[in-house]
Amino acid sequence: MPAQLPYEYKYLRAKKKFPHVWCPGCGIGIVMGSIIRAVDALGWNKNDIVLVSGIGCTSRMPVYFDFNTLHTMHGRALAFATGVKLANPGLKVIAVMGDGDALAIGGNHIIHSARRNIEITSIIVNNYNYGMIEPGFDTCRLLDAAGAVFVARGTVYHVIELDGLIRQAMEKKGLSVVEVMSPCPTNYGRANRLGGAVEMMKGLRDGSVNAAQAAKLSPEELKGRIVRGVLADREAPEYTELYADLCRRAREKASEVDE
Amino acid sequence: MRVPWGETRLVQGNEAIALGALASGVNFFAGYPITPSTEVAEMLARSLPQGDGAFIQMEDEIASVSAVMGASLAGARAMTATSGPGFSLMQEGIGFGCMAEIPFVLVDVMRAGPSTGLPTQVAQGDVMQARWGTHGDHPAIVLCPASVRECFDLTVRAFNLSETFRTPVILLSDEVVGHMRERVTFPKCEEVAVIERPVPETPTEWYEHYHPTPSNVSPMATYGSGYRFHVTGLTHDRQGFPTRRRDEVDEKLARLKAKITRRLDELVEIRTHDVEKSSVVIFAYGSVYRSALAAQVQLAKKNKRVGVFRPVTLWPFPDMETKELLDDKDVVIVPELNQGQLIHEIERLTSDSVRVIPVQRVDGYELTPEEIVSAAMEVM
Repeated sequence: MPAQLPYEYKYLRAKKKFPHVWCPGCGIGIVMGSIIRAVDALGWNKNDIVLVSGIGCTSRMPVYFDFNTLHTMHGRALAFATGVKLANPGLKVIAVMGDGDALAIGGNHIIHSARRNIEITSIIVNNYNYGMIEPGFDTCRLLDAAGAVFVARGTVYHVIELDGLIRQAMEKKGLSVVEVMSPCPTNYGRANRLGGAVEMMKGLRDGSVNAAQAAKLSPEELKGRIVRGVLADREAPEYTELYADLCRRAREKASEVDE
Repeated sequence: MRVPWGETRLVQGNEAIALGALASGVNFFAGYPITPSTEVAEMLARSLPQGDGAFIQMEDEIASVSAVMGASLAGARAMTATSGPGFSLMQEGIGFGCMAEIPFVLVDVMRAGPSTGLPTQVAQGDVMQARWGTHGDHPAIVLCPASVRECFDLTVRAFNLSETFRTPVILLSDEVVGHMRERVTFPKCEEVAVIERPVPETPTEWYEHYHPTPSNVSPMATYGSGYRFHVTGLTHDRQGFPTRRRDEVDEKLARLKAKITRRLDELVEIRTHDVEKSSVVIFAYGSVYRSALAAQVQLAKKNKRVGVFRPVTLWPFPDMETKELLDDKDVVIVPELNQGQLIHEIERLTSDSVRVIPVQRVDGYELTPEEIVSAAMEVM
């Protein structure tokens, strides 16, 4: 143990819950690191952060964090998170989900959370394990169409970029989404003969382009490539703020009736 | 909409549930509309914003029960309301609430099933679903109103029990009770006790979200209070962290059971009418209880004495009271709007010498007093 612990330890239940459950070569820990660096950069208070997840490898993440943490049912992270945020809009609510959790069993909730535009930072760690069993789709285009005010994609290879994307998502007023492409050498990688963790990381490096590069490429050249960066960024009224305004008007109307 | 404290009004059953919730300090409702429960949502949608409470219509019932639990963890007094198909969708969430010990109230206004069934006519088909609908061994508290005033009173009680016992409480109403209008004299504000959940006083670093106590219920911190804790549906230790250790698993599950079974006196509630003096007793609950009372009067006119035994709390079932009051009877008539659900509890708790007779109706209409009378006349 070094005399001076890395600052990340401040955000972890370091003495309680480690070692973690993830396989060697898994990308989820890198996403954890990005979340910590983003929270630290924003100076958020641990008492104000609620980290919510569903079921799956990614959803094991909250238990390691020294925040208010909530490990819920398969697919339902955003529904629980919506309850937390609406009951106490002062809280900073983050939902972490895998691709199956967010897009298969929980697909309905993510669409409607985006429609509602409630301020939750939604992080989808996509390791293709769900995409393995049926043709995948473009998560970011779906959520852009559903009206999410901030949609971005990163990979666990491009960590500095990922730190920034997650930080931007956390700062955004409304439902923000970051899809993080991440290797699973144990399941998807092995089943599809993609090699080990190192080969899969190289695949993320070589198989992805950033949004600016992508703009210069033809659809044929883009085929099969992961496009990284901010893919949608717009302004729309946030749900809890709209609701607070509705409450104010309802109170005024009720007091008029009393008079 | 305000609670008409101390006033007399013509009120609908579902409306009385909304008023009971407001009387109880509800400040969060998430739901998805379904007849015959929708009036509860409609009324709270209008009144909650006036008091800074939150109302949200979610995308389905699974999301609704999930949002309710998220809100409760963030400190809200939270509820939802639904009917059969929605109740089925909420079952996994109820189990999460039992396991993670999250207080909330769930209203199920029963309609005829299975499946879409007879929308939206009366039934009592969800009695066993209310007890055993979610998977695994779990506690269940289920209250069953039979009048509009009871819709109000039992909603208040449901909130108090859920906060006291830190567990979901189900108010199992039915379409007749829900849509019926009655003259109700509401209690005065000071007559209604509102119990809040116990909050921790320990320093944050010592806090255990599931600390064992003599009552088997631990004080409960909320998100944002400075107590940072973990909540999971995985079997967990006292701090809430997942465990597979036998001693910790056993302790958790035993405590979940004991928090109900050791405090039955606070939970079990029955009403009896002439039971001790009668050798024939009608066992009825919900709207059918009203037919049973009318049947008792009609039979008295024919010089036939019957008693009426009614569980107000359906779960935990009044085992002791049933044994004590019904085991020496000649006949127990069990009218139900299903093909026999609570009748099996009576059979379980009474000796072979007691004849247990079903009177059942499943076509979406109320059992009439006459149907119960003619069943009684056959055995008397």
